[in-house]
Amino acid sequence: MKTSISSWTKSGSPWIWLNAGAVAICVIMVVSLIGLIAVRGLAHFWPADVIQATYTEQQSSRVVIGEVVQIEQVSATQLRDAGIVVAANIDSLERKLLKIGNRDMGGIDFSWVLDRDLSEVTKPAMLFTAERYEWGNLYGYIRSFKQADKTIAKIDSYPKSSLYLDLWRRVDQSMQRAQQLKKKILTIEKNQIGSINYQLERLRLKERRLELDANNDPQALAEIANERAQLQTDYHALEAMLIELYTDINRDSISVEVASGKIVPVQIASLVRIFRANDLRLDQKMLHYIEKLWEFVSEDPREANTEGGIFPAIFGTVMMVILMSIMVTPFGVVADEDIIEYAKQGFTTRLIRIAVNNLAGVPSIVYGVFGLGFFVYVLGGSIDQLFYAEALPSPTFGTGGLLWASITLALLTVPVVIVATEEGLSRIPRALKEGSLALGATKAETLFKIILPMTSPAMMTGVILAIARAAGEVAPLMLVGVVKLAPTLPLNMNYPYLHLDQKIMHLGFHIYDVGFQSPNVEASRPLVYATAFLLILVIALLNLSAVAIRNRLREKYKALEM
Amino acid sequence: MSNRSDAKKPDIDFNTQAMVRHRQFRAFKNRLATGSITAGGFSVIIAILLIFFYLLWEIIPLFKAAEIEIWSQHETKALTYPSPGGDNSLYLALDEQVEIGMRVTDNQQIIFFNARTGTIISEQKIVTADGATVTSFAIVSEASRIFAVGFDNGEVLVMKHQYTSSYPNDIRVITPSISYPLGETPIKAANTRIELLAISNEDEDWSIVAGTAQQLIQTLINVEQNLLSDELVVSTETQQLPRYNFNLNKLLLLPGKRWLLATDNHGKIALLDLQAKSDEQLIQVIAASATKLTSFSLLLGNNSLIVGDQNGQVSQWFLVKNDQGHWTLQKVRQFNPSAQAVTVIAMEHRRKGFAMVDASGQLNLYNTTANRNVLMEKITDQGVTAVAYAPRSNALLVEQQAKLTLWKVDNEHPDISWQALWEKVWYEGYQEPDYIWQSSASNNDFEPKYSLMPLAFGTLKAAFYAMLLATPLAICGAIYTAYFMAPAMRRKVKPLIELMEALPTVILGFLAGLWLAPFIENNLAGIFLTLLFIPIAILGFGYGWANLPKSTRNLVATGWDAALLVPVVIFATFLSLYLAPSVETLLFAGDMRQWITDDVGIPFDQRNALVVGIAMGFAVIPTIFTITEDAIFSVPKHLSYGSLALGATPWQTLVRVVLPTASPGIFSALMVGMGRAVGETMIVLMATGNTPIMDVNIFEGMRTLAANIAVEIPEAEVASTHYRILFLAAFSLFLFTFVVNTFAEVIRHRLRDKYGSL
Repeated sequence: MKTSISSWTKSGSPWIWLNAGAVAICVIMVVSLIGLIAVRGLAHFWPADVIQATYTEQQSSRVVIGEVVQIEQVSATQLRDAGIVVAANIDSLERKLLKIGNRDMGGIDFSWVLDRDLSEVTKPAMLFTAERYEWGNLYGYIRSFKQADKTIAKIDSYPKSSLYLDLWRRVDQSMQRAQQLKKKILTIEKNQIGSINYQLERLRLKERRLELDANNDPQALAEIANERAQLQTDYHALEAMLIELYTDINRDSISVEVASGKIVPVQIASLVRIFRANDLRLDQKMLHYIEKLWEFVSEDPREANTEGGIFPAIFGTVMMVILMSIMVTPFGVVADEDIIEYAKQGFTTRLIRIAVNNLAGVPSIVYGVFGLGFFVYVLGGSIDQLFYAEALPSPTFGTGGLLWASITLALLTVPVVIVATEEGLSRIPRALKEGSLALGATKAETLFKIILPMTSPAMMTGVILAIARAAGEVAPLMLVGVVKLAPTLPLNMNYPYLHLDQKIMHLGFHIYDVGFQSPNVEASRPLVYATAFLLILVIALLNLSAVAIRNRLREKYKALEM
Repeated sequence: MSNRSDAKKPDIDFNTQAMVRHRQFRAFKNRLATGSITAGGFSVIIAILLIFFYLLWEIIPLFKAAEIEIWSQHETKALTYPSPGGDNSLYLALDEQVEIGMRVTDNQQIIFFNARTGTIISEQKIVTADGATVTSFAIVSEASRIFAVGFDNGEVLVMKHQYTSSYPNDIRVITPSISYPLGETPIKAANTRIELLAISNEDEDWSIVAGTAQQLIQTLINVEQNLLSDELVVSTETQQLPRYNFNLNKLLLLPGKRWLLATDNHGKIALLDLQAKSDEQLIQVIAASATKLTSFSLLLGNNSLIVGDQNGQVSQWFLVKNDQGHWTLQKVRQFNPSAQAVTVIAMEHRRKGFAMVDASGQLNLYNTTANRNVLMEKITDQGVTAVAYAPRSNALLVEQQAKLTLWKVDNEHPDISWQALWEKVWYEGYQEPDYIWQSSASNNDFEPKYSLMPLAFGTLKAAFYAMLLATPLAICGAIYTAYFMAPAMRRKVKPLIELMEALPTVILGFLAGLWLAPFIENNLAGIFLTLLFIPIAILGFGYGWANLPKSTRNLVATGWDAALLVPVVIFATFLSLYLAPSVETLLFAGDMRQWITDDVGIPFDQRNALVVGIAMGFAVIPTIFTITEDAIFSVPKHLSYGSLALGATPWQTLVRVVLPTASPGIFSALMVGMGRAVGETMIVLMATGNTPIMDVNIFEGMRTLAANIAVEIPEAEVASTHYRILFLAAFSLFLFTFVVNTFAEVIRHRLRDKYGSL
């Protein structure tokens, strides 16, 4: 049964196929985008093999050590333009991006190499990767282990041997010890000293307040001086402890042979972790992977956000979203207006609907501008004048912060909640409401006892969608209090615990900042992908759960329809 | 009946005290709930009104005219007082705080006085060793506070008036003083009596032209401060200037040592190139006015000449390179003229603006960039002799008939006008009028360029390319999903599209900037090939499918064709990427990207409109898709059933029956999508280079209103012109989306009514 082209065209099938193609393209776009981010983001935590090779470039050769990050084909023309000799019959060459690390020695930590110039590519078992608190990764061979300037163990050979493993055992032990000390130091520095500084600042403000009120009550002043002296002594005690801990932590060091053959000393305390990537078994690699993943979601960022974790960003996003939800949820009830106003269905409701639709359509940056101008400068500025005069000229609420960010986003997501609730509301049969009213219930009783319980899943959907929107919104937040690096969390152990005026970090802004403002884009890119993946995951989960709730709701009320 | 019911009263009493109270309580609760919910509803309206009016409130000051009144403090008006020290003013100036005034008189006195009362604070005489008399006067610029006097013995003394604040007993005391940037000893700048004098300064280099019309000498001076002893090391170099065929009356030096401007008594201006050979120095003589030029001075930055004549005409001139590459003095703009002769022009210290008083005593305030006359007010009955602008442009000191009056000026945003925002403006240093957005620069005498045109253009350009991608994909996809797709598949596709809508734009922007932009640059030919290959592959597959045996076709239920096409589209994409290098070798000399810049001559940015179009198209697709799908799906089924029953094919039914009915809905979908594309910030911010250029080229970037706000507002000083213009940009976006959304909503409403009647 042959279909001729003309009859096929006449039936309109080509158009239908093209339309189907459009759907296919949309679906492919979404799935491949999420897939791309997932692959790039998740691959980052896998311990990559480290290669060692001889790289010959214009007759001179040197040893390169590094991880292969990217492989691509470059056209021969492009290479010739760059002054590289390429045989005439070759169209393109493979080139690799190596992460060579050791930024403190070479200045750069990524390098493009031509595959054809690489020779003797090996993956030595004893070659290690070390993550450092500063200067990025370090690659090399351990040559000796020192304790308080005394060499405890050393080795000269490269292959895996029991002697070498013994050296490594000592290093691993030393690493554990250093890590424990580091934890102690961090507790003192961040929590205890941070708290003392915070209290000192509060005392200063208290004093300034007295001064502003022209109140020179000697008793109050003496109290302040007393407290301050107490805090100072505490501080000095902690400082002494810190000095001790620092000498302790700096006891051990190793010497490392790097790619150039140079031997450099490295403090154990400067390392985050050290491992031999080529020597890891699959299960060890998995463990490493999970460890890194956990570090990513639970640790503070290091090195201008290009390494470490994103915990403060997650925390800031969650805090902001919680505050926003508290503010925005009641607005879902507004949608129930329709039900209440059964008698004068008309002008007010229509006006509200137009307002909601327009609020939904206003570009988010406009909310940002409004938030900055109105909330931050006008409202915040007045609050500062009235209640925080002692801190001026440094602003308290007169600058972007958690509160303003939440309010701005609440404003932005009000239409989302209202529209979703309305959606749910439209599925509730009128008869229910009429029945309730007919039985003598007041409008409020009908609303709270009959309608609201039934619409609450719809409202919930609305709030979930609002949260998803808020988690991904960046443009307005840039203006009203989201920063690239917030020193402390908005919720901590210092009175009053919840700091509404504090600037916060945010996942979406983190992506923008690390991806585009970072000094070392190449190094931070995998982290951006990982952050993006986390964000997508959260938003996808929120959306899918909203869809699920909505579908259940639909099924439920289908039965009630007559 | 009623009697009987009365007789058989029920035993229950509904009006016990408790019941009444309960009922009252219920009624109260009801009122409370209704009230608070209504308030909640109104708060939404209030929110949108608040946004509207707040934005408006921030931008209104931009368009306010200036105001002027006699200076008053603590309710008491400053008085008009006789010029302190008497004599005629050569020069008049005010300090930063408008507390102290300074006069230089023709009697060689420098007098500092209280600007509010006229009380003399200090005075000193300008003297030389041989007791010469002052014969001429020149200033470097108002902002530098440096001026020079020329004596009849051919010497020039350069002075600077300065003010130091101290706070004894927490009260501000400003002490005025005179310093000598070139040393206290006058400099020998001419051999004759100095009748004409001009001075300019650029960092350490000074240039002075002095002498008489017959004999002019240029003195170049370099001043270096000895780091150890703080002593000034002055080195000079003099050059005799030739006699020009021009009747010199007034001189002005442009910064650097090259250009000298002069005017004669008959309204002519001469441009002199002091670096040229002596017989070629007179470059140009222009008749600027039919009458004598009464005012001849340089605007802030010393690049523009402002002249005023006896007919009340005021104009601005600066150097422009002509077609032959020669510099010529060009009249750039003519200001709103006055009916009477111009008497005095005073320059602002920090803005490109000036004040002019004409012979009838009318004060006009102008701004050059905006070509705006912000104020016209009669302040006296006749011409004035001297006017000084306060450094912050908040006060004017006016001398008239040996009396001084201090005026308060309220002129916050003179540099904005309709023309400055939306029309071509001829900025200083540019060859022709142009649309430029450049809000800040490192130097103080910078001319801010606030043309919103490049930004509006960029916004529309980005939206256009986004819609170019999104419209066909979204509408075709929606048609298929709503009309042809199997319900089971539809239930899976719709959440996916919703997820697409929920994807944060920051992620799209980041992928577009860091992944897509380099990808497109490397695979340009491949990307264009996909445009060709994908449709061909889809149609080819469709035709092939139609020719397959029925048994094979029946394996896939109707309405699942889209699923079949997924591998086809993927295959076509990879095929086009694979074939791209060969095509490039065949057609584009090996590299399409290179070919575009080298052979076609189109500039290519990595982050360009194509990238933005794809990324933002991605963001807009779900918006259009959802609304279109809704519109098509809600077309009553009996319409299409009727059509199908009459023998129309599904496609005919769609095109002739369903689409016309749903078309208003589709249109409103496009409007909403357009609104989203116009207001989108992050994608544009990350996927373009954010250069405010006006070019439709798909391979170049743009800067949109929204991205511009995001970039600049954190740095803009609160309540400054720049800050308010960014608010204006936000307001424009707000209005645009408001109009588009309301329009779309109205159309959708109509559509709903129409379906209701069907």
